[in-house]
Amino acid sequence: MYEAAIPAEPPPIPAIHGPPALAVEELSHSFGKRMALDRVSFAVAPGGFTMLLGLNGAGKTTLFSLITRLYSNRTGAIRIFGFDLRRQPTRALERIGVVFQQPTLDLDLTVRQNLRYHGGLHGMSPSDCEARAREELARIGLADRGDDKVRALSGGQRRRVEIARALLHRPSLLLLDEPTVGLDADSRRHILTHVRALCREQGVAVLWATHLMDEAADEDSVVVLHQGRLRACGTVRAVCTETSTAGLPAAFAALTTGEGRP
Amino acid sequence: MSATTYWYCLRSIIVREGLRFLHQRERFFAALVRPLVWLAIFAVGFRAVLGVSIIPPYETYILYDEYVVPGLVAMIQLFNGMQNSLSMVYDREMGSMRTLLVSPLPRWYLLVAKLLAGVAVSIAQVYVFLGIAWLWGVEPPPLGYLAALPALLLSGLMLGALGLLLSSFVRQLENFAGVMNFVIFPMFFASSALYPLWRIREGSPALYQIAAWNPFTQAVELIRFSLYLRVDVGALLWVAGCLALFLGAAVLAYDPGRGFWARRGGPAAEA
Repeated sequence: MYEAAIPAEPPPIPAIHGPPALAVEELSHSFGKRMALDRVSFAVAPGGFTMLLGLNGAGKTTLFSLITRLYSNRTGAIRIFGFDLRRQPTRALERIGVVFQQPTLDLDLTVRQNLRYHGGLHGMSPSDCEARAREELARIGLADRGDDKVRALSGGQRRRVEIARALLHRPSLLLLDEPTVGLDADSRRHILTHVRALCREQGVAVLWATHLMDEAADEDSVVVLHQGRLRACGTVRAVCTETSTAGLPAAFAALTTGEGRP
Repeated sequence: MSATTYWYCLRSIIVREGLRFLHQRERFFAALVRPLVWLAIFAVGFRAVLGVSIIPPYETYILYDEYVVPGLVAMIQLFNGMQNSLSMVYDREMGSMRTLLVSPLPRWYLLVAKLLAGVAVSIAQVYVFLGIAWLWGVEPPPLGYLAALPALLLSGLMLGALGLLLSSFVRQLENFAGVMNFVIFPMFFASSALYPLWRIREGSPALYQIAAWNPFTQAVELIRFSLYLRVDVGALLWVAGCLALFLGAAVLAYDPGRGFWARRGGPAAEA
């Protein structure tokens, strides 16, 4: 349905000026003695699509928790379009939309009630919420399901609603933490195609965390995390070249075996 | 961030809380049946055992039923505060609290909004209960119902803030039953909800001291006096002071830089 909206040829990416959508600089975080993140630095360009790859326990969720300000970093900095998350949290958070790993919709409320709640949290007026909800629901092909309870939707549909919700307040950076976990192959492909289209057509920068290698395309930027450390950062091709491997799964395996840096 | 931004945020949190409450009919009935059982069974049985002399704010001898109603009102609020605390822990474990916390509004405001939403729900329950109590024959002055509103708001906020603070200590949902046993029951029984303080003093001076210091006693008295168009200044200050203390501590506990999450990780504490 909504796949039809994707043009065959992607339009040229506009020239990038200004600060990166997301800049993570020398970020460390520990829980007690355990280092969850150790001096991690990388950037996501405005309108760029970046895959954050790592096994379970690599530090992806800690990184997401810090970027979404569940808790604050003690060392290093996180900047969203130049706004420091610790000093200007409001300006930074306004620009972020998040899809969390765990489903977070209220199952007993309708799709529209869920979206309205989210819009309100971002200070949107009810009429603005309503208009945006219509737009976003149409985009994900669920325009006629707005008054259905979320419980009545399939897993893939719920994920799409969560993406619509994350975009409701027009963020310029979309964060997705393992968004395809628990979905069947068909839904996975749908979600991925949809988010890539958003990135291309709406100019939304995307950081997509996953441990599934097949979700990355050759032209994507990838950030590889392993045991709290940054192991590689660049396009898939560059990472493969750097590790002298033929494909991303091999490159990833090379980067995530052993303790030391490659 | 303009004032309307804050208003839309508060409004949507209250609407969601209200919708969720309406969807949980069992919760509504449980919340209502509990004080009614106390009123219809316990109070009737106790009526003969416990004579209540004339104490302020009452001007005549009263039946035990009438004495116990403000205590049961406060009990509704206590249970609601703890219920909200429980749902905070649940939301935290399920991850849905994160949708609240990524709002660009200040976190203290989000917590206060959440608190207000819970209090709004509890006040609705209180008035339904007061209506039934009126049919039962407990009839405070009509203006008392209006005068009690600010008192209910304050006591509801205080008990809600206590719940919020407790929710920051409770790591997992399974531990919650313990909190209930250690907080709700002692707070309720060591208070003036079921028997006047002078009665407790006759039984045990030590328990009397505990009950007099118990913020729940003060909440009960604040509600009791306001329902009979009087102001208990001591209780008012005590409840307001506890509110400031509990809320301040809860805001600190949920602070992204200093709070418990920064020390031990996010919901479900993954790496």
